[in-house]
Amino acid sequence: MAAKLELVGIKKMLRGRQVLDGVDIDVNERRSLVIIGGSGQGKSVTLKCPLGLMKPDAGQVLVDGADVTRMPPEIRQRVMRKFGMLFQGGALFDSLSVWENIAFRLINADKVSRADARERAIEAMRKVRLSPDFADVRPIELSGGMQKRAGLARAIIAKPDILFFDEPTTGLDPITADAINDLIVEMVKELGCAAVSITHDMASARKIADEIAMLHNGKIVWRGPTASLDTSGNSMVDQFVAGRAEGPIQAVV
Amino acid sequence: MNPFASIGRGTIGMLSEIGRFSAFAGRAIAAVFSPPLFLGQFLRQCWQIGYLSLPVIGITAVFIGAALALNIYVGGARFNAEQFVPNIVVLGITRELGPVLAGLMLAGRVSAGIAAEIGTMRVTEQIDAMTTLSTDPFRYLIAPRVLAATLTLPVLVLVADIIGVMGGYLVAVNSLDFNGATYLRNTFDFVEAQDVILGLVKAGVFGFIIAAMGAYQGYHSSGGALGVGRATTNAVVGSIVLILAVNYLITAFFVE
Repeated sequence: MAAKLELVGIKKMLRGRQVLDGVDIDVNERRSLVIIGGSGQGKSVTLKCPLGLMKPDAGQVLVDGADVTRMPPEIRQRVMRKFGMLFQGGALFDSLSVWENIAFRLINADKVSRADARERAIEAMRKVRLSPDFADVRPIELSGGMQKRAGLARAIIAKPDILFFDEPTTGLDPITADAINDLIVEMVKELGCAAVSITHDMASARKIADEIAMLHNGKIVWRGPTASLDTSGNSMVDQFVAGRAEGPIQAVV
Repeated sequence: MNPFASIGRGTIGMLSEIGRFSAFAGRAIAAVFSPPLFLGQFLRQCWQIGYLSLPVIGITAVFIGAALALNIYVGGARFNAEQFVPNIVVLGITRELGPVLAGLMLAGRVSAGIAAEIGTMRVTEQIDAMTTLSTDPFRYLIAPRVLAATLTLPVLVLVADIIGVMGGYLVAVNSLDFNGATYLRNTFDFVEAQDVILGLVKAGVFGFIIAAMGAYQGYHSSGGALGVGRATTNAVVGSIVLILAVNYLITAFFVE
C-alpha cells in the first residue's frame, strides 16, 4: 500500500542557496514523523512544498500515491482538503473571533451555515480543551498556549488525513508545551492521520514522534524509531540531541 | 562602478516591477470575475474604503474648491474675467482636482492600510494559513478590496465634486461678492455630462490602482515589521506615481 504522504527527491533553491537537496520522506496513517534539524536547514520549506505554498524545483509529492505537483489546480485543491496545519505562531486571523477562525474552512470553503459551523467550532474547542467562553473573543486576547490550542482546533476541524505541525512548542513554557504535546498525540491517534512535525525541541520530539528524521544541509541524514535516537550511531544526531556546540555541525551564531 | 550599468540595472528593475504588478493586477481581476465572491468581505470593504473615507474626502474638497475660487478670482481680475469663477471652479473640480485629489488622499489612507494589513498577514503566516484552509487569498482578501475601491471611489468623487463646488460657492458668495443664485446657475449651465463622466472614469481607475497596489505590496512583503513598513511606503509612493501618470493618459485620451 502506498504511504499516505511521500516526498521523493524534493529540491528547492532559495536566494541562490540549495535549501533542499533531494529530500525523501514518507509517512503512513496513524504514524507520527518528527523532522529535527538546526535553524535554516530547510525544515519549514519541507512542509511548505507539499502544502503548495512553495513549488519544488524538482521531485514529487505523493498523496496516496498520486503526485500532487502535476495535478491541475482544481483537483489539487480537492486533495489539499486532506491537509491540516498548525503554524508556529498560530497564524490566527486577527480580524476574526476565535470561533470564526476555527470554523474558517467550514464557512468559506465548505459553505457550512454559520450556526452549524459555530457548533462544530465549539465542539473542536472542547476537544483541544479550550473553554467555549473564549469563542467570541479575538485571538489577540488569548495567551500563547491558548492560541496554539485554537490553531490546533482549526487544523483538525475538517478531520484531515495529514496533519503538519510547525514548531508546536516554540515560545511556550515547559508545562504548557507538554500539554500541547499530549494534545498532538491524542489528536493524531483519534483522527488516525499521518502527522509530520518539525521541531528543535527534543523533549517534544521524543513525546510526539514514532519516528525521527534529521535534516541537515538539505538532506535527510538519519532516520529511525524514536527509541533508537540515543543509539543512532550518527555523530550529527548525537551532537544535536546532546545540544553541543562542538561536533560535525558548525553552530551558526 | 559603471554609471551606465547602474542606469540599466535600475531600468530593468523598474520594468520587471511593472511586469510583476501587471500580472498581479490581472490575477486580481480574474479573481473578481470568478466565483465565489465573498459578499460579506466586499460589503465590509465598501464600508472601510468608501464610507469611512467620506470625512477626509469632504474636508479636502471643500478647501480645494475654496482656494480654487480665490485663485481664479485673482487671476481672472487681471483681464477682467472675474465672472468666470463658477465656470472654472466646476470644470477644475469635476475633470481634474476631484478625482486626482481623492485618489491621492486615498492612496495615503486606503493603499497604505491595505498594504499594512495584508503585509502583516503575510509575515505572520496568516496568508499561508488561509491557503491551507482551502481558501484562495486572491478571492477572499484581494478581490473584495479591489472591487470595493473600484466601485466606491467614483461615488466618493461625486460627493467631492459637489462639496468642492460648494467650497467655491461659499468663498465666492461670502468674500467675493458673487450673487448666490447667479453663481449656481452659471455652474450648472456650464458643466457638461462629459466633464463629470471623465472624472468618474478616472476615479474608478484610481480606485483599482489604489487597492491593487496596496494588495500587491502587502502580498509580497517579507522580513517582519521592517518589510511591512517598506511595503506600506512603496504602496503609497507607487499608487501616487501611477495615479498621476494614468491621469494624464486618461485626460489625453478623452480630449482627443
